[in-house]
Amino acid sequence: MSILGNWVPRVEDPRLLTEGGRYVDDLRLEGAVHAHFVRAPLAHGEIRGIDVEEARRAPGVVAVLTAEDLGLGPLPVMGPPPMARPPLATGRVRFAGEPVAVVVAETRAQAVDAAELVGVDLEPLPALVDPERALAGEVLLFPEAGTNVCGEVAPGPDDEAELFAGCDVVVRQRIVNQRLAPCPLEVRGAAAAVGEDGRLTLWMTTQHPHGDRDAVAAALGLEPSALRVVAPDVGGGFGSKIATYPEQIVVAALARRLGRPVRWTETRSESMLNLGHGRAQIQQVAIGGTRDGRVLALSLEVLQDAGAYPALGAFLPNLTRMMATGVYDVPKVRFRATSVVTTTTPVVAYRGAGRPEAAAAIERAMDLFAAEIGMDPAEVRRRNFVAPDRFPYTTRVGTTYDSGDYPGALTRLLDALDYPALRAEQARRRAEGSTRQLGIGLSTYVEVTGAVPGAELGAVEVRSDGTAVVRAGTFSHGQGHATAFAMLVADRLGIPLERIEFRQGDTDEVPRGMGTYGSRSLQSGGVAVVQAAEAVLAEARRLAAERLEANPEDIVADQQGRGLHVAGAPARTVGWDEVVAAAGGRLVQEVDFAPPGPTFPFGAHAAVVEVDVETGAVRVVRMVAVDDAGTLLNPLLAAGQVHGGLAQGVAQALLEEFVYDDDGNPLTANLADYPMVSATELPSFERIVMETPTPLNELGAKGIGESGTIGSTPAVQNAVCDALAHLGVRHLDMPTRPERVWRALQDARVGAGQAG
Amino acid sequence: MQVSLRVNGEERRHDVEPRLLLVHYLRDVCGLTGTNIGCDTSSCGACTVLVDGESVKSCTMLAVQADGREVTTIEGLADGERLHPVQEAFREHHGLQCGYCTPGMVMAAVSLLNEHPHPTEAEVREGLEGNLCRCTGYHNIVKAVLAAAEAGASQPVGAAR
Ligand code: FES
Ligand code: FES
Repeated sequence: MSILGNWVPRVEDPRLLTEGGRYVDDLRLEGAVHAHFVRAPLAHGEIRGIDVEEARRAPGVVAVLTAEDLGLGPLPVMGPPPMARPPLATGRVRFAGEPVAVVVAETRAQAVDAAELVGVDLEPLPALVDPERALAGEVLLFPEAGTNVCGEVAPGPDDEAELFAGCDVVVRQRIVNQRLAPCPLEVRGAAAAVGEDGRLTLWMTTQHPHGDRDAVAAALGLEPSALRVVAPDVGGGFGSKIATYPEQIVVAALARRLGRPVRWTETRSESMLNLGHGRAQIQQVAIGGTRDGRVLALSLEVLQDAGAYPALGAFLPNLTRMMATGVYDVPKVRFRATSVVTTTTPVVAYRGAGRPEAAAAIERAMDLFAAEIGMDPAEVRRRNFVAPDRFPYTTRVGTTYDSGDYPGALTRLLDALDYPALRAEQARRRAEGSTRQLGIGLSTYVEVTGAVPGAELGAVEVRSDGTAVVRAGTFSHGQGHATAFAMLVADRLGIPLERIEFRQGDTDEVPRGMGTYGSRSLQSGGVAVVQAAEAVLAEARRLAAERLEANPEDIVADQQGRGLHVAGAPARTVGWDEVVAAAGGRLVQEVDFAPPGPTFPFGAHAAVVEVDVETGAVRVVRMVAVDDAGTLLNPLLAAGQVHGGLAQGVAQALLEEFVYDDDGNPLTANLADYPMVSATELPSFERIVMETPTPLNELGAKGIGESGTIGSTPAVQNAVCDALAHLGVRHLDMPTRPERVWRALQDARVGAGQAG
Repeated sequence: MQVSLRVNGEERRHDVEPRLLLVHYLRDVCGLTGTNIGCDTSSCGACTVLVDGESVKSCTMLAVQADGREVTTIEGLADGERLHPVQEAFREHHGLQCGYCTPGMVMAAVSLLNEHPHPTEAEVREGLEGNLCRCTGYHNIVKAVLAAAEAGASQPVGAAR
């Protein structure tokens, strides 16, 4: 019986549970010095001078260096070339916390102390926190660019003029999808050392070691082959560790320059300002349709805050556009987007990256439309779904969905909820005027995974002792690839999990790789691994067939991992040692698999909340998730991914927001001030699994890493709005913190009073 | 200043700076890097260890304050090859992903179960409020702790061994 599809506990866990992982900060390099960065104390300013003299004389200090001293090339820019980011601030600082200089000392404490002595002479410039003001261009971050606009998506495909023709109703809403801090529990770090052969090794927190190797090499003016990047265990990323960070480039440069190993780990307070942020969109959504619930047109305008330097954040609206119509068949669509720079932390990918923003817009819009025509939100959704028989289905914005069953997901959700009973309970509390009102929020979502095209490497080797090695170009940082990929090899070659080694994250050990992000790993790297295992099997069968004087087609892998034999005749088994010897001493196959296209997981989520109308406090009572990510390889891993995603969705809807004051000073710059979601704010989750295979790969697998967040966020927001709808509250932006809920209720009461 | 204490059952004696935090002592002086650091405001609990059997955020305690006491870290929890029931439950129920919060979370759970051998779900959530995890959504952590309670995990750790 195949191991695939089974609930298999992870092979990586015993080590993590008994000694803890080996993260970058756990590495001990002989003779290492410690780097600490001097950071901008304000949001925007002209650098007049940097006085490093006193710091250079401080105890233990090895070097104090500025951008000028290091002369490093800029980071890749996702916008106009003048907006490229230098690894250390040059000429200007553009966000609070931006690194300006680096201090290297014998101990970390000495480096921290000496950094206090560096005098940065800054002429303050006006801060620019509000992206709508950035559009006006009165304050420019990059005067040489002549604009704050760093990216645009041209309006289309339909014209504005005729968009809502034929609609009985059109509903409009401005929606703020607030800025978030990704908060992986491990912050950023790096360590670098030059080996005896003169070659540089860089250990770093990342999701994308090969990309880092190329980016760091470019900044240092080296050939990529002159650099080895190693990602040891990495404590979560959620998209924020895709980027190569300036400090990591500087650490690499320091090791070469000083001829000594260098270590660096940031503090959480530094991380809150320097690890990229997520979301940060202002949306203008308009939805039109008929009174009987048919949506005819959608308009979505996005203003993306990219932060101080255009990185992946500037590109997020493109992903929002791809998924703008969600699970619905919308005949006419107009989308446009503008990305701007502001004096804030650069925005990058964060769990969902542009797709939660799309889901939030369309799912809020569906509820607003339903409210406007007085129809149940479940019914409105049902009337507009892309029907199951229409796949592959191309949306009006040109995205082709591979497979799906949206009505099926909603039906299962409503059954699990006992929806009519919940609505009855809600009506009862409304009639009673209960202090604790009930809200039921639905969200039917679809998202895109594996959206970045390209081939991924999977390699499988069987050694003569009957053990196997899997090498992957993806990079697991919590997802459990060591287990998942080993399961694929075990299934094809019969070698048990405990005899399969997993290697990743070392650019010398694994020649190529695209890393792990965008829920791509199983459908690209996993398929490469399974194809490599099949190629190994094919070769092994041929070699075993010669020895057994049989037909290769009749040869199978022994399910105890001993080798190969004729089907049904395990008594004569050719051992892996013999097969490897016959293969010339090395039995290994590499496959680069390029998926033919992205895949589109979908589902239906519901949140049931209780809102205390006296205090504004919201409690999530139930969180029910129906998710379909195609065929599941290991339901245990899929469950974990969904749970984490649900929590981050609830967190955005209810709690989390990264806030700046008008001067660009961060107000949530540590974990005491940033309300990262804890166990007490969440319920246990209820899950229902659907498996509609994708035709795009032989595993039938879609991505599952981000769906939880994409579906749950609007479900919770809709639930809070739903709880207050009868009290005159039409829409609430996230996070729906008690103050905001309470104020909305007060405003609604005042409004009702005036109207009466 | 001199400190002498037991770490995972082993006598340790060192001359340390008075301002050295216990977490840095464990990581940098003892080389026990299983205990992690996740914040600088005593908010995350990644650094949780047991001191005389009770959970403590080791970034809130000086090494010298541990003088004469018994400290248990994740490295000292299993009984040789045999996992502690809490460790076993975390594995069984997928209570960890990236593993970064895990050492602190496991130690906090062990301490919680020592105090409340049969907690309700709400008590588990309350008890772990000071330990943040970004990966699991806490669902499987809570499940693991409840399962460990069921399996009778509330056996004394550290001082008793
Ligand atoms: S490191 Fe966060 S509480 Fe100790
Ligand atoms: S498992 Fe990653 S933070 Fe908890």
